[in-house]
Amino acid sequence: MTAFWLGHLRPALTAAALLFAIGLYCLSLSRNLIRALIGIELLTKSATLLLVLAGAATGRTAAAQAMAITFIVVEVVAVVVASGLVLGNYRHHGTVGTAPLDDEEV
Amino acid sequence: MNAATFLLAALIVVALWTVQASLMRAALGLGVVSALVTALMFEMDAPLAGVFELSVCAGLITVILVSTVSLTRPLGQKEQELQRTARQRRFHPAILIAILVAAVVSVGSYQPDLAPAAAADGDVREVLWGERRFELIGQMIVLFAGAFAVVVLLRERKKKEARP
Repeated sequence: MTAFWLGHLRPALTAAALLFAIGLYCLSLSRNLIRALIGIELLTKSATLLLVLAGAATGRTAAAQAMAITFIVVEVVAVVVASGLVLGNYRHHGTVGTAPLDDEEV
Repeated sequence: MNAATFLLAALIVVALWTVQASLMRAALGLGVVSALVTALMFEMDAPLAGVFELSVCAGLITVILVSTVSLTRPLGQKEQELQRTARQRRFHPAILIAILVAAVVSVGSYQPDLAPAAAADGDVREVLWGERRFELIGQMIVLFAGAFAVVVLLRERKKKEARP
């Protein structure tokens, strides 16, 4: 398994980099908070994939899995809280767009 | 083409579709991306992380995002127009292509130094409980913090709704 992923490291790294770029594009482009959240999720998928890939390529899958599990737990908590904030923003401003946040006085 | 290469290619295609689709389809597309990442994890001999990814990311997060989309109203005509104008002003499809090309080129010039581990790999449960116990404590704190944050958000909302 280690030899296989060492041999396929380049395509896997390219896929993770492309996934990161797509997430970054979605995050930077969108003025919709839910879509921005989806962009962040794509970024985290790329990071999770890289963590597990590093474990598979070095033969340390147990450590990589432990880190990936921790990462997934943090990710789900972040998404739940962010969704709560999006809903709160929607109830307050009546929109999921970022425009009211731009106008908000700090 | 082997299974891993097919999954990697499918991952990119579905991710591209996800960022272009409508909100509800994007939420479902993200679930498909998670399912593909799960399949890759199984290919990478990481079944426990794969199960977590499938149940938590492909399942729970998709449900949360679909619920959020259902509970909110999509952007109005004017807001969509503003979004489209801002998108055209700030970004161009050529920039997406440039970002993707930059990602591929940067990976092409990167030489990772990944030496196989000298010692045999242990069981994931032993690693998680033996070597990374503090991470479990961290996970519990993060979970409690998240639950507390959601409770606070809902409580504030109830107070505001109760006001005349």
